[in-house]
Amino acid sequence: MNREPILQVDNLTKLYAAGKGCEEVSFDLYPGEVLGIVGESGSGKSTLLSCLSARLAPDQGDIHYLTRAAEWVNLYGLSESRQRQLQRTEWGIVHQHPRDGLRMGVSAGANIGERLMATGQRHYGNLRDTAQSWMSDVELDIARIDDKPTTYSGGMQQRLQIARNLVTHPRLVFMDEPTGGLDVSVQARLLDLLRQLVTEMNLAVVIVTHDLAVARLLAQRLIVMRHGRVVETGLTDQVLDDPQHAYTQLLVSSVLTS
Amino acid sequence: MNPQTIREGYNFAYLDEQTKRMIRRALLKAVAIPGYQVPFGGREMPMPYGWGTGGMQVTAAVIGQTDCLKVIDQGADDTTNAVSIRAFFRDLTGVKTTERTEEATLIQTRHRIPEKPLQAGQVLVYQVPIPEPLRFIEPSEVETRKMHALEDYGVMHIKLYEDIAQFGHIATAYAYPVLVNGRYVMDPSPIPKFDNPKMDNSPALQLFGAGREKRIYAIPPYTDVKSLDFEDHPFEVQKWEQCCAICGSAESFLDEVIMDDQGTHEFICSDTDYCRERMENLEVTV
Amino acid sequence: MQTMIEVQGLTKVFTLHNQGGIKLPVFDGIDFIAKQGECTVLFGESGSGKSTLLRSLYANYLPTSGSIAVRHRGEMTAITGAASQTLLEIRRETIGYVSQFLRVIPRVATLDVVAQPLRERGVNVATAHAKAAELLEQLHIPERLWSLPPGTFSGGEQQRVNIARGFIVDYPILLLDEPTASLDQRNAAVVVDLIRQARNRGTAVVGIFHDAEVRDAVADQIFHVNPARKADGLHTNEGVSA
Repeated sequence: MNREPILQVDNLTKLYAAGKGCEEVSFDLYPGEVLGIVGESGSGKSTLLSCLSARLAPDQGDIHYLTRAAEWVNLYGLSESRQRQLQRTEWGIVHQHPRDGLRMGVSAGANIGERLMATGQRHYGNLRDTAQSWMSDVELDIARIDDKPTTYSGGMQQRLQIARNLVTHPRLVFMDEPTGGLDVSVQARLLDLLRQLVTEMNLAVVIVTHDLAVARLLAQRLIVMRHGRVVETGLTDQVLDDPQHAYTQLLVSSVLTS
Repeated sequence: MNPQTIREGYNFAYLDEQTKRMIRRALLKAVAIPGYQVPFGGREMPMPYGWGTGGMQVTAAVIGQTDCLKVIDQGADDTTNAVSIRAFFRDLTGVKTTERTEEATLIQTRHRIPEKPLQAGQVLVYQVPIPEPLRFIEPSEVETRKMHALEDYGVMHIKLYEDIAQFGHIATAYAYPVLVNGRYVMDPSPIPKFDNPKMDNSPALQLFGAGREKRIYAIPPYTDVKSLDFEDHPFEVQKWEQCCAICGSAESFLDEVIMDDQGTHEFICSDTDYCRERMENLEVTV
Repeated sequence: MQTMIEVQGLTKVFTLHNQGGIKLPVFDGIDFIAKQGECTVLFGESGSGKSTLLRSLYANYLPTSGSIAVRHRGEMTAITGAASQTLLEIRRETIGYVSQFLRVIPRVATLDVVAQPLRERGVNVATAHAKAAELLEQLHIPERLWSLPPGTFSGGEQQRVNIARGFIVDYPILLLDEPTASLDQRNAAVVVDLIRQARNRGTAVVGIFHDAEVRDAVADQIFHVNPARKADGLHTNEGVSA
């Protein structure tokens, strides 16, 4: 494993009110590592994710990111244009609701091609080939390349969103409940796909989920949050099999087993 | 020019001097930042939005007593819109008007650029309905301004991509987006893409006024104006198999005209001045 | 022989915060050493904490006090208190663990499930698949099942898939939690063979075997796990360490 982290989060705080938001969060993320953030609704998971992905300036604390060019940058010390550039080249952001992450009014092919066009690719044929190859990678029917996402099912939209994000070969991907709102069978298929892509592309991932099964399947390491604070961290199986904190124990014991 | 020819009770060119000053300041800024949309305090004009109020305010702000004004609508000097705007400024400025492109110092246009190449010293004023080229994909003004500021223009090619995916070629035929001076993406107003190359490195000053949206932008003389395209689908202008039914031109932008109830149609030059001059020259040579 | 695992004063107490903070002691002050090329069998009555100890060695359970160190990249490295990165690295390179139950990953073919630990170490697909196929064959999993996800397999088949997955990498340390529990004699014999081969390669094997026959066939040393004295005499730790 790479000994140098790709992301360093130091004492990050973003509060809307006392206990609302996230408070004093610190962690390192390494290349190729999947970090799960679990906790109940309102525990500050999504706020943390927004701060990490340069979409919400924190009140306090620093986030440092190691760029592809091996240069450490302070995220909120960067210009907005540089932040956006990172977002569309070195990062991916997979939203819970595909319509937040897709352009619903344009075709699947254009959705996948957008990041490439934004980074200067100007060859239609190549864009098209890339879009098709990504569609088959995420198990979408390439015959539907010119259909709009509105005609896709929820699971297909989510896979399209993933393709749209991974097309620039990002190094760091943020996922917010990527399997939320999907049927169980569709969920399993998506999880498997994500797992494969993460391994193949050696992605560093921060995934927010309230689903412990998803966390167990995808994440090597977990952060458990409650009322905006980190209450426990550790290897995923350790946190889930031998939880130390009262809240984690409650969370783990509340899971329905089939 | 004799000020007595101005209709009584009105200021020169309708707008008050303070307003004209304000618009000129916006114009100076627009010229200084080619392709950038400058907000301005648009005034009510004595006609509804959509009839060229933006262009008229720009014209009113720059017109001087020694100017010679030409007004065209879809290339024609004799359509209602062109005739009324020309009459308006004649009444309220007393300046000379013309239909001849080369005689005009100031040309207000809707939807065309004259066929005859413009000269240094000439000013072309465009009437603009929707100034924001990113609007089709991004409804938020805050976001589109940010996109311009950050040169976040990836979405512009989406439109062209969708065209090719759907029609096999770039089907956008008018209001074809351009990159001005290598920096700002700009909507050239709904001129046919046939006219896009005329904007590039033009010796004339090009000013754009959007009345409803209260935006002004500009292309200073001799500025690079590049139409967006793909490497494997380069920008192309329209071509016709026909020639103009009146003057026989094979180079100009043609309008299709229905001749009778049987659906007989002909193609004629959209630029009436260009067409007439060609006819005059033909008669001379004959 | 080199020491591969060194456990000192290891104590484990489960605290159940949501049941009035009840403390369930499992074991107390365990000292134990496992050496290269030896098979150590953890022995003790049901509920004595064998599984808990084994899981602690894999950093799956967090000891309450005491220390565990393993030889990783030639150096004795502490597991207790180690950073997650170090633990992940140790798991990838040094310690293999065969649990009693296969954690099924939906939709993934058996061959890929088995090959995965090799793939994670950067071995190419073809080589990893070949090795996986070899093991599955040895463990009598019919080839027609290889392309199916093991989720629907019988308990014994799943267990064998799990074993194949554990043995596919030549880990310096191998932890086995009742690997033969649901196997017939023929397959148990294969596992015994695999364990002996691993041991002969120099692997330090630590395992729990209920089957006396298997235990006798592989054990070089037997470590008796003694349950902690009950803290307040009210609770047993049964069901917790199982």
